[in-house]
Amino acid sequence: MLKQMEPPVPSEDRPATQAALALHGITKTFPGVKALSDVSLDLYPGTVTALIGENGAGKSTVVKILTGIYQPDGGTILVDGKPTSFPVPQAAAGHGVTAIHQETVLFDELSVAENIFLGHAPRGAFGLIDRKAMTAKARALLDGIGAQIDPEHKLKDLGIANKHLVAIARALSIDARVVIMDEPTAALSHKEIEELYELVEDLKAQGKAILFISHKFDEIFRIADRYTVFRDGHLIGNGTIADVTEADLVKMMVGRDVSQIFPKRTPDPGDTVLKVAGYAHPTEFDDIGFELRTGEILGFYGLVGAGRSEFMQSLFGITRPSAGSVEIDGRPVDIKSPADAVENGIVYVPEDRGQQGAILDLPIFQNITLPSLGRLSGNGFLRLAEEFKLAREYTERLDLRAASLDTHVGHLSGGNQQKVVIAKWLATQPRVIILDEPTKGVDIGSKAAVHDFMAELAAQGLAIIMVSSEIPEVLGMSDRVIVMREGRIAAELAGPDLHPETLVRHAAGISGGPS
Amino acid sequence: MSATDRMIPDRLRSPLEQRLKSWETLLLAVAIAIFVANSFASPYFLNAWNLSDATFNFTEKAMIAFAMALLIISGEIDLSVASIIALASTAMGAAVQIGVGTPGLLLIGLSVGLLCGAFNGVLVTRFGLPSIVVTIGTMSLFRGISFIVLGDQSYKGYPASFSWFGQGYVWWVISFEFVLFAIIALLYGVLLHKTNFGRAVYAIGNNPTGALFSGIRVQRIKFILFLLTGLMSGIAAICLTARLGSTRPSIATGWELEVVTMVVLGGVSILGGSGTIVGVVIAAFVMGLVTFGLGLLNVPGIVMSIVIGALLIGVIALPRLWSMGRSR
Repeated sequence: MLKQMEPPVPSEDRPATQAALALHGITKTFPGVKALSDVSLDLYPGTVTALIGENGAGKSTVVKILTGIYQPDGGTILVDGKPTSFPVPQAAAGHGVTAIHQETVLFDELSVAENIFLGHAPRGAFGLIDRKAMTAKARALLDGIGAQIDPEHKLKDLGIANKHLVAIARALSIDARVVIMDEPTAALSHKEIEELYELVEDLKAQGKAILFISHKFDEIFRIADRYTVFRDGHLIGNGTIADVTEADLVKMMVGRDVSQIFPKRTPDPGDTVLKVAGYAHPTEFDDIGFELRTGEILGFYGLVGAGRSEFMQSLFGITRPSAGSVEIDGRPVDIKSPADAVENGIVYVPEDRGQQGAILDLPIFQNITLPSLGRLSGNGFLRLAEEFKLAREYTERLDLRAASLDTHVGHLSGGNQQKVVIAKWLATQPRVIILDEPTKGVDIGSKAAVHDFMAELAAQGLAIIMVSSEIPEVLGMSDRVIVMREGRIAAELAGPDLHPETLVRHAAGISGGPS
Repeated sequence: MSATDRMIPDRLRSPLEQRLKSWETLLLAVAIAIFVANSFASPYFLNAWNLSDATFNFTEKAMIAFAMALLIISGEIDLSVASIIALASTAMGAAVQIGVGTPGLLLIGLSVGLLCGAFNGVLVTRFGLPSIVVTIGTMSLFRGISFIVLGDQSYKGYPASFSWFGQGYVWWVISFEFVLFAIIALLYGVLLHKTNFGRAVYAIGNNPTGALFSGIRVQRIKFILFLLTGLMSGIAAICLTARLGSTRPSIATGWELEVVTMVVLGGVSILGGSGTIVGVVIAAFVMGLVTFGLGLLNVPGIVMSIVIGALLIGVIALPRLWSMGRSR
């Protein structure tokens, strides 16, 4: 199956045209990990190719090789069939390869036009930046992608969706022939995603070759013409999207059948563990009150900005509330810091894994034992053997994939980083675990694993709060759902009320019938 | 789904292998090279008493450097250490004038150090001010007080029993200061590398937000680190004052940068998050040997600071040039 990397002979399922950009037999090794072994990828003009794979399959590495950030250890890069190399990112840009990343680095204090042309601004007399030409070009680019943004505004005045459009305009500001889109819809709303699809269609019509990376199958089938599947750094298959089904792709991705169904649970709530009343903050949220019982999964749904994460972080002791009470097992507690929260058995798995969840430059075992060090030693001295034992116990429970427990967390894929964060908190033997968007940016295989694990934990009597913006996840996992809107509880739903439309109506504040 | 049969190893490289490839090994090689070069350059170098004298070039600074190493690893810095020495020394000198004895002087030196450290610590951890700004301010403030009290005068008349802390020998050529340096090095080595506290210091330096979200009491630990740096400055003030036998407001001028140089030369990242006490110990010897060797050759002081500066840049640039050369 892996032996199909002969020279590119046009075959039935290949467009007759030559690939604008191709990788052949590419290998890339990092210390302890073979990120890519002998993979190939062809990007044809006027064609959208979806790159599919679990986190850790090698997608990001391929993007970095295509954009000249990494150098392959072996194999060739072909531009219009001619072997070349991208020793520096500028070389890739020079060949018309551009990328729109998940989180593009933009500069808040600069204008929209300056952001778009940073590093390659049009020059006028004496090599100075020709601001007039730059603004005009920026306006043309923004018009081209249907964005109603004034190029002279400062970036910080724009909303998140418009910032994303600026990032797209920036990517298109070089004369691009190949456009790489790395999970471009992750931060966008439904309407903005539709607009992005139109943009992709436009780019396709202009004859650009597009590499589209996504975890969402609906958009892959909507937008892509061809697919390439990676697993564990190997090329598993490629071809025309019309020839495959979603199930085929999932099977190629994970190498096994994965039930898209959520784990079946028989909820058996016990005593009340956590009771929150009148919980308020001057600006972020107000009058939050609810109870949580052992063995229960309580979902928190709401639109972005509804104050869910802010409330959870306050409950975890990051910010102080202005009013309200918290009881654990019927006894009032005053949580002034995360350390207090952990001592009282409340732990929080944040949405922002890289900054808040894990310490990326420390080894896996040190991340896992960090909150448990006091319990492990008692006298304040480290006990390395006990640390490895604890880390091993919880990484095995979560089926972590890593070269060694001494590996830095930053070297792991998103799904495995999330497992480290969850392992860290389970090792403290908490009463209540708060999971903030637990499967965001996590591939489908790890996603199901996280869901199964949540169900298992609930069955063992842990009380779980899950903040999620994915309706299927909220409905599939929660016993009860609290919907938040503008910092307040809009509704608490259970049983037959748990319905997608009901959730959306409460979250958006639409009264009456479905809109 | 479960794959408990696939064991993840604890480590891929043994701790010994990691140590051999470390910064500290490189630095030790540099130290040995300087030692050998010195013994060829001057016939007076390989003399027990001369070598013993050489240790005074670094013992006091190194005591502060150990605490500073922890502070820098945690992502903070204290540039007021030399000014704390001036203030503590001034306080002890003033106490001598009203007849305070040696135990009282020691107590005053340590207390002033702790108080100054606490002042820095409160400003940084309570009010959230950047430590580099706070300690540049207190650097002027603390020494400024010394200047107001002393003007162009100096305090003298320290009791003989006090002088022992800077001039005394424990056994043969082994000075009290050197023994104190060794004990403090050991204590800080254990604190940083063998305790939960030390692990938290690394975690904070790598990612303060992540450490906070992991239940680490970040501000409390930083406050303790400022206290420790103040305390070590107080101890250094005692040793230095006892050795010199007098206090002027200009005492220990410029030491803050020498201390930071020692820490960085020892392989502590100025950005925080990594470094070892062993590295700082070797860096202390390197700086002491260079200064002493050049002194024997009658090289003027200004040339010495040029050599130390070049050494710092050279030793830091070398590994980077090496890895750049290999990746080509």
